[in-house]
Amino acid sequence: MSGNLIEVEDLTVQFRRKSSKLISLKAEHFSAVDHVTFSIKKGETYGLVGESGSGKSTIGKAILRFHNPSGGKILYDGDNITHLHEKALLPYRRKMQSVFQDPYASLDPSMTVSEIISEPMEIHQLYTKKERKERAAELIETVGLSKVDLLKYPHEFSGGQRQRISIARALSIQPEFVLCDEPISALDVSLQAQIVNMLEELQDQLGLTYLFISHQLQIAQKICDHIGVMYLGQILEEGSSEAIYGNPQHPYTQMLLSSMLEPDPDVHSLDQIVIDSGVQSYSGKGCKFASRCPYATERCLNEMPEYYTTGEEHRVACFHVLDN
Amino acid sequence: MLFSIAAILAPLYPVDPNAISVTDRLVKPCLQHIFGTDDMGRDYFARCLYGGRTSLLIGFLAMVLSTLIGTVVGSVSGFFGGAVDVILMRIVDALMSLPTFLIMIVMNAYLDAGVKNVILIISFLSWMSIARIVRGETLSVKEREYVVYSRVSGEKRLRIILKHVIPNIMPTVIVSAVINVAQAILMESALSFFGLGIVPPTSSWGSMLNSSQGYLTTAPYLAIFPGLLILLTVISFNYVGEVLRKVFEPK
Repeated sequence: MSGNLIEVEDLTVQFRRKSSKLISLKAEHFSAVDHVTFSIKKGETYGLVGESGSGKSTIGKAILRFHNPSGGKILYDGDNITHLHEKALLPYRRKMQSVFQDPYASLDPSMTVSEIISEPMEIHQLYTKKERKERAAELIETVGLSKVDLLKYPHEFSGGQRQRISIARALSIQPEFVLCDEPISALDVSLQAQIVNMLEELQDQLGLTYLFISHQLQIAQKICDHIGVMYLGQILEEGSSEAIYGNPQHPYTQMLLSSMLEPDPDVHSLDQIVIDSGVQSYSGKGCKFASRCPYATERCLNEMPEYYTTGEEHRVACFHVLDN
Repeated sequence: MLFSIAAILAPLYPVDPNAISVTDRLVKPCLQHIFGTDDMGRDYFARCLYGGRTSLLIGFLAMVLSTLIGTVVGSVSGFFGGAVDVILMRIVDALMSLPTFLIMIVMNAYLDAGVKNVILIISFLSWMSIARIVRGETLSVKEREYVVYSRVSGEKRLRIILKHVIPNIMPTVIVSAVINVAQAILMESALSFFGLGIVPPTSSWGSMLNSSQGYLTTAPYLAIFPGLLILLTVISFNYVGEVLRKVFEPK
């Protein structure tokens, strides 16, 4: 068990569904995250990929305890933090930081960059005022901006620069774990590479552990050590980056990979055989992907597949893996 | 703005607004008394200035108080959501559905007339619309990622409201507050017009309108001047509100 910084066991996050009826006595729930288990090793980058609505961000926010889990466990460095109340959670909050997707919404427009970077230090009452200022100056240079920028407001920066500020803010209290929730999907391609490289450098220097959430497989492949492929709140396939990309087992993973690799219209890619693509629906039983899966059989529609281990640290939730 | 400056500088005008002169009753506007004099021979220009002081004071203080209550209730309600939100918003609904004027009159029966009580009554009856606006804005601000970030970094909720929510809804609050000044002045005028607000010898534009009733035929200017002043002040506050709204909008 040691060596794992974050362990997520059987995690379920449910949200209340707005009822269409005027008066409803029973609240309806749906699971954004459905019995998910995975773990992140210290110093590693774990990637969650999947299309929008697959529950990637919800898992991230549940680990940071922004969403309260409805079931399962979250362990941080062996400690169960699933149900800790705010006060007891504070020491863990100090070790966990986050960088969010939207560089325009993640910085408070009414604060200066210096105030933004100092915010987490202030919350946790670290350092004196003067030291915070010095640290902010130091950090802004670490992320490739200049000291002059400290007194500016967020609207004076471009998307990429804002994301650098977000990273500086996350680093200010020397966290162990950083949640990167699609940190680069709002940026253009040349900037994406810069930010990814910076994240990797910082990881090497500071020994950070990342949970990297993305819908862009190319990026995930580059930065992640392990990857979980999510669909409708479940991890369908999980394994090391090499295993996922070199030897994808689940039809959904294959579909995602094929959609990414072939810009050439003459090459027949797998997603052309996927039925009803684009509709995410689930009847309530069976494999979640069955309604879109080209290989779906009677069994897939009625029975939830277990995880089958197909290699070292590589598991797949699909009946067809056995057939092959 | 001009009205406020004039009202603040009123004490500089050399004529005592309460000085009674029996010989100069109901003098028509002339060089010596540019707005004429009223039924007790008091200089009407001076009275208008001092009346403006009272009216604007009431307008501003009522605005400050109602904005304060409205912002607190609205941001707490919007930010915490759930049961707190439901309870606070139902209170707002209930107060909003009361006939304002009737309540003013009833409350006046129990409270002494006077500037302080008029301010309290007007604020008590006008914070709801601000609370509604603030709540709506808070709902949108609290979903932004910097608020999420602050939460997951361990910041206390009340501090998040102070640090992130309120500064970012300030433009909207200021605009509705300015428009509220105009409304407070109107409410005060209406109250005083019915003799429920400001009592003599203090004057306000509303109470001046009230006392001019008896002289509408002989000295119509007694009603025209304060009436015009109310009109212009309300229009200019509404206009200022409108301008501010446009200034803040593109962000």
